Amino acid sequence: MAIIERPGTGTTPVVVTPQQTFGAVKRPVQTKGWREWLFTVDHKKIGIMYGVVAMVFFIIGGVEALLIRLQLAMPDGQILSADKYNQMFTMHATTMVFLFAMPMAAAFANYFLPLQIGARDVAFPRINALSLWLLIIGGLVLNASWFLGGAADGGWFMYAPNSGPIFSPSNGVDFWVIGLQITGVASLLGSINLIVTVLNMRAPGMSLMKMPVFTWMILVVQFLLVFSLPVITVALVLLMLQRSYGATFFDVSQGADPLLWQHLFWIFGHPEVYVLILPAFGIISEVLPTFARKPLFGYPFVVFSGASIGLVGFGVWAHHMFASGLGPVSVAVFSVATMAIAIPTGVKIFNWLLTMWGGKIWYTTAMNFAIGLVVLFTIGGLSGVTHSVAPSDTQQTDTYYIVAHFHYVLFGGMVFGLFSGFYYWWPKVFGKMLNEKLGAWNFWFMVIGMNLTFGPMHILGLQGQPRRMYVWTEARAGEGFFNLGFWNMVASVGSFILAVGVLFFLINVVVTARSKQQAPLDPWDARTLEWLTTSPPKEHNFDRIPVVHHLDEFFHRKYEEDTATHTMKKVAEGEDLVRAEEEGADAHIHLPSPSYWPIVLSVGVGLLGLGTIYGVPMIVIGFAITLFASYGWILEPSVAEEIDFEPSDNDGNTKEIAPLG
Amino acid sequence: MAETATHTADHASEHAHETSTGLTNNKLAMWLFLGSECLLFGGLISTYMLYRGRISDGPHPMAIFDIPFTSVSSFVLLMSSLTMVLAVTSAQRGDDSRTNLWLTVTAVLGATFVGGQIYEFTAFVREGLGFSTSLFGSSFYTLTGFHGIHVTVGVLMLLSTVGIIRKNKITGNKAEVVEIVGLYWHFVDVVWIIIFTLVYLIPS
Repeated sequence: MAIIERPGTGTTPVVVTPQQTFGAVKRPVQTKGWREWLFTVDHKKIGIMYGVVAMVFFIIGGVEALLIRLQLAMPDGQILSADKYNQMFTMHATTMVFLFAMPMAAAFANYFLPLQIGARDVAFPRINALSLWLLIIGGLVLNASWFLGGAADGGWFMYAPNSGPIFSPSNGVDFWVIGLQITGVASLLGSINLIVTVLNMRAPGMSLMKMPVFTWMILVVQFLLVFSLPVITVALVLLMLQRSYGATFFDVSQGADPLLWQHLFWIFGHPEVYVLILPAFGIISEVLPTFARKPLFGYPFVVFSGASIGLVGFGVWAHHMFASGLGPVSVAVFSVATMAIAIPTGVKIFNWLLTMWGGKIWYTTAMNFAIGLVVLFTIGGLSGVTHSVAPSDTQQTDTYYIVAHFHYVLFGGMVFGLFSGFYYWWPKVFGKMLNEKLGAWNFWFMVIGMNLTFGPMHILGLQGQPRRMYVWTEARAGEGFFNLGFWNMVASVGSFILAVGVLFFLINVVVTARSKQQAPLDPWDARTLEWLTTSPPKEHNFDRIPVVHHLDEFFHRKYEEDTATHTMKKVAEGEDLVRAEEEGADAHIHLPSPSYWPIVLSVGVGLLGLGTIYGVPMIVIGFAITLFASYGWILEPSVAEEIDFEPSDNDGNTKEIAPLG
Repeated sequence: MAETATHTADHASEHAHETSTGLTNNKLAMWLFLGSECLLFGGLISTYMLYRGRISDGPHPMAIFDIPFTSVSSFVLLMSSLTMVLAVTSAQRGDDSRTNLWLTVTAVLGATFVGGQIYEFTAFVREGLGFSTSLFGSSFYTLTGFHGIHVTVGVLMLLSTVGIIRKNKITGNKAEVVEIVGLYWHFVDVVWIIIFTLVYLIPS
């Protein structure tokens, strides 16, 4: 871990020894091996770790999905017991939403957001590390339940009183409640961090309306998180107090209102839907213009429709509760609001189509996934509009039709967007291109598998197959085209084709890692600032902070308009631009220093949480560690003091300290 | 390449310390955190308002609330906002000893409020309102307990700030650190005004 670099005079990181003790221990300065990762506060390393963790959970959640499909492939499935099946679908959804989708979006956000706005790191590098470690602890707590008496079994929205101690007697729900509170704190800290970064740390000249769309969408998502996470925290705390400490919030015999949980959950849960999809929208809004060789059509419309999706997303939660008897006025209001949210979404889809229209489209794997998103998300969006019609929704509630809908928007939408991002940004992060041939296999297996898996679920659902039932019987499977047996089999076969598609991606990663071939600096002729540095980027990101004059600054540095023909003409290569930055490099850059405290603090918080299951002594230990780490944290400056550096800096240059929190 | 050359010229290092909004990172982060806290207390207050009248067992709120006592402890908490303001202005003047004095007074007032709350809770339990007695009991203790924990954390923050200023170990701008602690403290006070009004003063 370099603490000072002098890019102007040489690229060897200066070796550093700590001189000062902060709190109880000296700060870490190790530059090699596992310590480099464990105590890092570098947003790029943290981003990569987020990605790895999310990918591991994607595989775990995927295996859970395959087990579910195996169970349902044939009538009277024998693979899973009813109890294990309940745990399986609960943990599949929880894992995919909280431990794959959100962290993977956080991986992209952490890595690229500072690069896209021309910053050297996020506003609070140590808090960034804390978010990552809390997520990992939360994920471990959630999945530890498998080995400690059974996982949560109430479905991902965990309706109380069904999730109370009477109907869910195992500790699974307790682990779930604790795990989600910890990941919630992680996301809340992350969202505050990223909002401050975007609002405060943009490069000179980068006004809000010159920000890349990905950065914009991440900003909207963080605002959604800041205001929705506390609401589910309240719900989780109430459930925890009921299950562990005898509170009565969901005790119907005492007069409790079963709708309380539903409201609290969905006030969080619906914005969460946009938390999942908007990062993918941001990614493809970068990918489509790059590979269509045209600027994004209607940039302000894409930005504002993204923001209005976020805003309206807070006012539609009760459409998840149409079947609960809210009364005609509520149902009508939420129904109309839900239809209204289709408008900004439609605006975006037309913007993407018009971006491609008349462009010289380059069909790379990244582009294929982006186009896949536009098509598949539109299908999912249309079935979504059918749910907004309350009478129709009453018919569809808790059937496979709903399962089909949200997998089209989340798998066809979000996951395809993330995969598009993998292929687009892989050369930036690792300096090597993912193999395009394997990419094609990856893409087509996933498209075909996904449609075979989730397409038939529309039919199954409209035929009345309920979700979350662990068996179906031949006796009631129906005849001919609508035979449940046939379509369940198709869906199960499809899920394995889908899994093979994902396997191709993993193979591609291994093949790419082993290949010696380096990626060109600007392989896609890209448009935004993250490409104005080496691949992988230097530890300090930019040799000098770029001054921004245009939306798509990098593109405008490469191209100038030919006034005679009104076409854009390439006047510089990416390599030239990066070299120019190196020549004008800032003399001294202070980067935030690594720290022990994020990881220690997160362990303390984890023990504190588990103490609600394992009793007061563990709470005391967890609290002590948390307090100790907090004071260590407070007493340690985020950028190491001058005295911590060797050799001291006597060459007469004025220090230039990068603007870091 | 012409463009690149001009970029070198107008790269101005003196702007390195400025933020795009003019607010410092720390202050902006505290404002965002408090925005998030509004929703947290919003959820808890809504739960209480839904359940305040649902009393299957145990005492009724108006039977056990001691309004004069709670009014006095509320007054103590409100006065702590005044002393917090005095601490912030002292810090901005660079007067360390006054800053520490007012921070300590604020912490003492806050601790007095927490002490009053503990006394109040024990009195209510004696009068038969347990945590599990009724929906009213659960939601009352959860809401006011959450607020009490926030005040306790605030007291810890105040005392820690005093200690760090005394040891001269503060990192960053001293006046701003005190101001940010103050933002949190005022927020906790404002929340109490809402809770006191809704829970104690409006009869159910």
